[in-house]
Amino acid sequence: MNCLAFVPTKQGQATKAGLEAISYAARQGANVTALVTGPLTGDGGTGSAGASKVLHVAEHLQDEGQIARVVAAAAASTGAVLVVAPHDHVGRAVAPRVAVRLKAGMVPGVTGPAEGGTFRRNVFSGKAMAHVQVHTEVQVVTTTPNAFGVDAHGEAAAVETFVADAGPARLKLTGFESSSEDGSVPLPEAVRVVSAGRGLKGPEHWGIVEDLAKALGATTACSRPVSDMGWRPHHEHVGQTGITIRPDLYIAAGISGAIQHLAGVNQSKVIVAINTDPEAPFFKAADYGIVGDAFEVLPKLTAAVQNLG
Amino acid sequence: MKFLVCISKAPDTTSRIAFSEGNTQFDVQGVQFIVNPYDEWYALVRALELKEQLGGSVTTVTVGEADCDPVIRKALAIGADDAIRVDANPTDALQVATWIAAQAKSGGYDVILCGKETIDHNGSVVGAMVAELLDLPFISLATSLDVEGQTAKARREASGGLEVVEAALPVVVSAAKGMAEQRIPNMRGIMAARTKPLQVITPESVAQGSAVAQFELPPAKGACKMISADQPEELVRLLREEAKVL
Repeated sequence: MNCLAFVPTKQGQATKAGLEAISYAARQGANVTALVTGPLTGDGGTGSAGASKVLHVAEHLQDEGQIARVVAAAAASTGAVLVVAPHDHVGRAVAPRVAVRLKAGMVPGVTGPAEGGTFRRNVFSGKAMAHVQVHTEVQVVTTTPNAFGVDAHGEAAAVETFVADAGPARLKLTGFESSSEDGSVPLPEAVRVVSAGRGLKGPEHWGIVEDLAKALGATTACSRPVSDMGWRPHHEHVGQTGITIRPDLYIAAGISGAIQHLAGVNQSKVIVAINTDPEAPFFKAADYGIVGDAFEVLPKLTAAVQNLG
Repeated sequence: MKFLVCISKAPDTTSRIAFSEGNTQFDVQGVQFIVNPYDEWYALVRALELKEQLGGSVTTVTVGEADCDPVIRKALAIGADDAIRVDANPTDALQVATWIAAQAKSGGYDVILCGKETIDHNGSVVGAMVAELLDLPFISLATSLDVEGQTAKARREASGGLEVVEAALPVVVSAAKGMAEQRIPNMRGIMAARTKPLQVITPESVAQGSAVAQFELPPAKGACKMISADQPEELVRLLREEAKVL
């Protein structure tokens, strides 16, 4: 089975979500060709993740409409019956366009390998799973970030230049407003997240949240009331109407655990809840819990993490 | 300026999620349906704000059967001028996108907005498909949107920040948190919504690309392991040795 993987890059290297898309397809026995646009150093790490070849488009395309044209052309030229892309901000704009171009059935945000012709994905904001059957020969899927991990085989992939008509750029990038001045991993990609809510009583108390995040190498997040009150920026709001995350470890302090919040975090692998109220609903969704005051618990937890060395 | 806003119905967040007919259908018994929050809070409200600023009209489009009418009336009560319902029960996003694209094309809209995803299917697919079917630019996951002359200017979610982007109209935009604030319909809006036009269209058939074969509920979560507030080092040990996440 030939597979084409659209792999986003950052500073010449494939993103982790992009490498996961490759490994996802390779583990199913597919012969994976990676498609990369823009700056690329070596094979960008794609060979080690399971790609046998890289098709490289030199132009740094930023309009996903153009990327989709190139991906569809590469899928056709490699005879791919499976096209994968990460379910991140780029892949979500590229893959549906590719599906339309290839007249292919599409499954967004898969969380499991193809089994008996169906793909597993989460629905109802993580409260259920669906097994989706694709009715077309060519299939397009996006892979949920941090659901699969990246393989490391250590063999570099051969890089070939790929030329295809991308059409005109109709979406122009005119600026970038960075939200991670401190260099922390952006929330949707974070493996560890420390989050806090109204229990922190004010934005001036966020130092203890940031200290724990720093000790863990984690990214900070917050609940909706906290972002609505302007204590923290919108992009930190995780939950139903903010962003959905899927880290390995989610630590929530001073958040009651309303169902709207849980909808954005319930796919985390391990959840720790810290709350003064032993009846807080978060304890029903958590794996580990501490009943206590975040102002006392967080600094102690930070010290305990630092002591790990 | 003509705005088209895609509106989906979705089960209220607090709904009990259950399935019927051998786990092939969502069990709607006792479920309260709402306007999908991303469609309502961000896409619809921003379209209304832009109409108030620039003049024009806001039309909503929904793919679904008659049980969608209450949420369509809600969107009209919030302020949309008129509504289209494509009378069908779709099985996949490509069908939804094809029918919306057909309406968008015949209506000649300048800006087509949708929420970034629905809270039931969580697909995040329809907006980009509509853009491709209409051969239009697509601004995904937009957190702000302005229209200056014939140009849409937006910020959109990207890795580590927001990209500032622009595209010539017509354009398709998917709306994320930050674009607008929720509006509560007032009594006048609710009364007016009853008589606003709701056009029902019978679509041409479209082949399905995919369909849900079966739903499944996740395994029940084990009990939460409680640790004393005085022993955070015990939590750290469990996270490392038992959960293996440190």
